[in-house]
Order: sequence, then structure tokens, then C-alpha cells
Amino acid sequence: MSTLTKKDSNSSIITDSDYILEVNDLKKHFPVKAGILQRNVGSVKAVDGLSFKVKKGETIGIVGESGCGKSTAGRTLIRLYEPTAGDIFFKGRNISKMSESELRRTVRKDIQMVFQDPYASLNPRKTLKSILLEPMKTHNMYKGKEREDKLDELLDRVGFNPLFINRYPHEFSGGQRQRIGIARALTLNPDLIIADEAVSALDVSIQAQIINLMKDLQEEMGLTYVFISHDLSVVRHISDRVGVMYLGKIMEFAPKKDIYEEPLHPYTQALLSAVPTPRKKGAAPRERIILKGDLPSPANPPAGCVFHTRCPAATAMCSEKVPEFREVKKDHFVACHLY
Amino acid sequence: MTALLELKNLKTHFMKKKANIPAVDGVDLTIQKGETVALVGESGSGKSITSLSIMRLIPSPPGKIVDGQILFNGQDLVTLTDDQMCKIRGNDISMIFQEPMTSLNPVLTIGEQIIEVLMYHQKLNKSQARTKAVEMLELVGFSRAKALVDEYPHRLSGGMRQRVMIAIAMSCNPKLLIADEPTTALDVTIQAQILDLMKDLSKKYDTSILLITHDLGVVSEVADKVVVMYCGQVVEEAMVEDLFDEPLHPYTIGLMGSIPSLDDDLDRLQSIEGNVPPPEHFPQGCRFAPRCPHAFDKCRSALPALMDVEGGSRKVRCFLHGDKEATS
Repeated sequence: MSTLTKKDSNSSIITDSDYILEVNDLKKHFPVKAGILQRNVGSVKAVDGLSFKVKKGETIGIVGESGCGKSTAGRTLIRLYEPTAGDIFFKGRNISKMSESELRRTVRKDIQMVFQDPYASLNPRKTLKSILLEPMKTHNMYKGKEREDKLDELLDRVGFNPLFINRYPHEFSGGQRQRIGIARALTLNPDLIIADEAVSALDVSIQAQIINLMKDLQEEMGLTYVFISHDLSVVRHISDRVGVMYLGKIMEFAPKKDIYEEPLHPYTQALLSAVPTPRKKGAAPRERIILKGDLPSPANPPAGCVFHTRCPAATAMCSEKVPEFREVKKDHFVACHLY
Repeated sequence: MTALLELKNLKTHFMKKKANIPAVDGVDLTIQKGETVALVGESGSGKSITSLSIMRLIPSPPGKIVDGQILFNGQDLVTLTDDQMCKIRGNDISMIFQEPMTSLNPVLTIGEQIIEVLMYHQKLNKSQARTKAVEMLELVGFSRAKALVDEYPHRLSGGMRQRVMIAIAMSCNPKLLIADEPTTALDVTIQAQILDLMKDLSKKYDTSILLITHDLGVVSEVADKVVVMYCGQVVEEAMVEDLFDEPLHPYTIGLMGSIPSLDDDLDRLQSIEGNVPPPEHFPQGCRFAPRCPHAFDKCRSALPALMDVEGGSRKVRCFLHGDKEATS
């Protein structure tokens, strides 16, 4: 870990101001209980040692297949799940061990989340207006007339007709609901937005509208995004740097150009080659690496490198020794014995 | 090549209390023997209803095939009785659904679900059917097929269940396989496995495939011909290379511009403004006109026909291309 310097977890303030978010060896394990006494018989290592830094104003993409722990990582980052171990520094503060009330007082309003399912993430019994006012009330922000102004501004930002303000979520289409989800995340002027599969449930033409909107908002408001998705092409489009996750670990983390044009990790290579892409006449078909088998269970991950059971380049060492996550080129981190 | 399936002016409407909803509104489609045709469109375009109409699985009421013919090997499926249709379903035409998690029966073993099909359609006895079931599971790439026959679906992962679905669908050597979003619920590495398997099987058994999907990447990997649907109608039909080389209909162009590319960096995606209109509010004239950047007066008043262009090698429903042909 050359540039990912270890921080003393007792000191809660760090001075490195370029980074808005810094994650050190973050772990989230879920206990597996069995028997009448519900004793712990093991744990699911959903997130198992994440380390990365996020610069102010950039977009970090996190990609991986289902079950790789990317959503758990997103939820643990904002303490919707209690981390099992590790540190999360947000704007220099260690938020991983903060009490709930301190969290709410200091950082809750600065980190917001946009969820995947626009049908499930909005309360069906509340109007658009009360959905957007709720965060303001909870955090006691804006008074009287200011609230109305803020509402108008929000609706304008996400391209909504102000006449819709008293409608209920069921009256909107999927794309419109996702705009509401984004507007709600913006009510408190956050610095960091965690978007968990924010466009996955939408049709491609609507997806493009939402991605463009998110990019515009980032430019106007200087937002920082952690964009979690399984869709490699969407992540390439929106991110500055990308982390590839597999079984709770980051396999590779690099600027997007490096990840997509010169992937180093065998898993990244296989993942990219598996994506079907529209191809023009005469273009050579891409060589495809087909991975054998399925994702192993995170309750019982393979010893050594977690990917060795499916890796086309695995050697004897891979099944014994866990590869170190280290910087092999400038800004390019890989966890693999090949490098 | 001879046409295996021919849809002629198929109209499937749903009757609601007040409105008549034209979910599929005059679809023409031809599938040759051994050919893979992709039916592409966003949600609400009517692509799934088209496939369910072919299988005669439209819930009725409220749904009804109000007009048109579905010619399968020259026989019109619309006029068949339910009993006759039962003999064709699963035997000559079979179907794979999107959700591998819900389309298998959770209380029957995998073997029982394949054996049931074989005993009904192929009139095999139980032990013959069981042998054949093991063969089918080996065919779709399971190494321990013998043990798997007695497993329940919940023991399998999504990709494995979809392979079981393919084994069931292929067990009677169907002439046509309808795959409705077969890989949408799967991860990319598993999707690659399933698409490869489908391609291999269709080549091996000369099975035609009607692939229903919204993913243009998948289309370019497996299809021979592409049919693009919008609001219950076909808007463009072309061979796959031609379509990706030069899409003609503004909707197809918009759809392709909306997909972020894996190989290029673009600053903005070219999105299609607005939403797909609900069927009870289809616009007059061309149904894409309200969202179309090239729409002119005629588009808002008259509905363009699906016309042959480029010497009949492809079809498009758009006035921008129709005029050239009409004069020639």
C-alpha cells in the first residue's frame, strides 16, 4: 500500500484536503446463525477489505457482478450498515465509529444516496412536495419562504414541471421517479452522492437522459459521485476512476482509460470481453474469454486469491497466498500475483 | 430458405372498461428456417405481447388477437383449438422466459420438469424420459447431470437455472425457440455463457430463434435479422450488419445513440427526449413523431407504412425514407 497511507484510527482529523472520502481496509461481515440457540456458525464476508480514496468533484465507478458486495460497500460507506472493521474518513473526519446522533449532526446531510428501484424508494403515500420537504424538516434547514424557493429550484434542476408538485409517485414514470430520487438527494446540498445502480431499472433512452442529468448536476454543483453499477459501459461513460470488485474485494482500481484499454487483472479482462457490444460492419470480432462456473459463495470464499477458481491464468501460488493490493503503475492498483 | 413463421398484420388488443388498448398493432414478421431474428424495443413497445401471441398465451379476457394471421409452417395458429395448440406448444415451438428464478416449479425436481415434457409430447416412458433428461442436461453443459436430475431448483444459481430452462425448451427438438429476454437477469460473464450455448444449439439442431431483448449488444452478437418495435408497431427491419452500419429510422438512431460505448469516450449521450406514450394515448400519425427530432407536418397527421427500401433488403416506417422509394 504505497500511496494508501495507513491512518491512525484514533486521530479523527486528517489534513489531506484533496480527498473528500478515504476508505481504509473497510470490512462488513454478516453473521450466519443456525440452530435453536441461533449461535454464530460463520460469516458472509460481503465486503472484505476495501481501500480507496475519492477526490473532490470526481466520479468513482464501482463495478462487479451480483453478489460481489458492491451494494453492501455503498451502504456501509454511509453507515446504513455498521462496518465490521476499517475506517471511513469523510472530509477529514473518521465517521466509521461516530455515534448515530453525532453522525446526524455533522455529516448525514453531506452524503446522500440515490437508490436503484425508483418504484420502491419513494413513499407511495406522500406527494412529491412532502417527499422533497422531509429532508429539510429532519435537518431543520431553510425557513418559510426559503423552502418554497428551494423546491422550485430543485424541480427546475432535474427538469420537472412545477405543476406536478402535489402528485403522488404512482403518477410518474420510472424515469421521472428517478429524477425525484435525485432531487431528494440534492435537497440538502450534499457534497457526496452514492448512486447504487441508479439507472439500471430504466430503458436505454431514459437511462441516457438520467446519465446526462447527473453529469450536468455534477458540473453545476461540484458534486462527487460514487457510482455503483453492474453495467460496464455506463460506468465507463460516467466515471473518472473505476474499481472492479469480486467477492468483497477490489481486484483492480485505476483511471477509467487504464481499466478499459489496458486491464491488468484477469477478472477485469474476462468481464470486459464478456460484454456484448454493437459492432460495425467489417470490425473484427473481439476475442472473448468465457469464465467457467459461477461466483463462489462469499460465506466460504476460496483460500488464497478469491478469483483463482475461475481464473484462466491461475498458478499453484494463487490458491495459497492472498495477493496484495498494490500500485503497479502510476495510479493503477491491482491485486494479482501476475504483477 | 422457406419461411418457418410468418406474422401477417397481427393485432393483439386488450379490452379495458373504457378503452381498447392496441398493445400489438399490425405486426408483420418473417422467420426463416435456422434463422435468428431479434425483436428489439423498450418496455411498452409490444415485443413480449407479440411473442405471447405466437404462443397463444395471451390472457383472454382482456386480451384478444383481433386481426391477422400467425402462419407456422403454413398453418394458421390463430384458428387452432386449445387442444391442438397444446400439441404445438413445447413441442414445435418452445419458450424461455426472462426470470429463471420464477419460471421453474420450486416443488418439483429438475428431472421431473424435463421428464414431464418428454412424456407428454414424445410419448416416452418414464425411464426413457429420464435417460433423455440426463442427456439434455449434459447437452447444456452440466458435468454432473446424473446427480442434478434429482436436485430442486433452489439449489442452482441463476445461470444454471437458465440452462435448465434451455434444456427443457430444447428437449423436444423444437423448430422455433422463443427467448424472451433470456439473459437480462444474468451477470455479463454468465450471459456470455448462455448466449454461446444458444448459438451452438441453434446451429446443431437448425432451430430458428426469436430473441426478444432490449439490449442491442446482445442483438449484434447473436442475431441474423433485427426487427425494431415502437408502440406496438414495427418501425425498422434489417439484417444485423446493415442495421448497425446505418440505422435509418430516427428511433433506431436515437436508441443506438443512447447506449454508452465500451470503446469510446463521449461527453454526452444522445438521448431521446420524452417518454414512450401509454397505449391509450398513442398519437395520431407517426407514433414516434412527438419525440422525433426530424418530425414535420405530415408526420403528425398520417401514419407512414412499413416500406421496402434499398431494393427490398430492409424495411422502414418513416416518411424521411419513404418518399425516395415512392418516386423511383
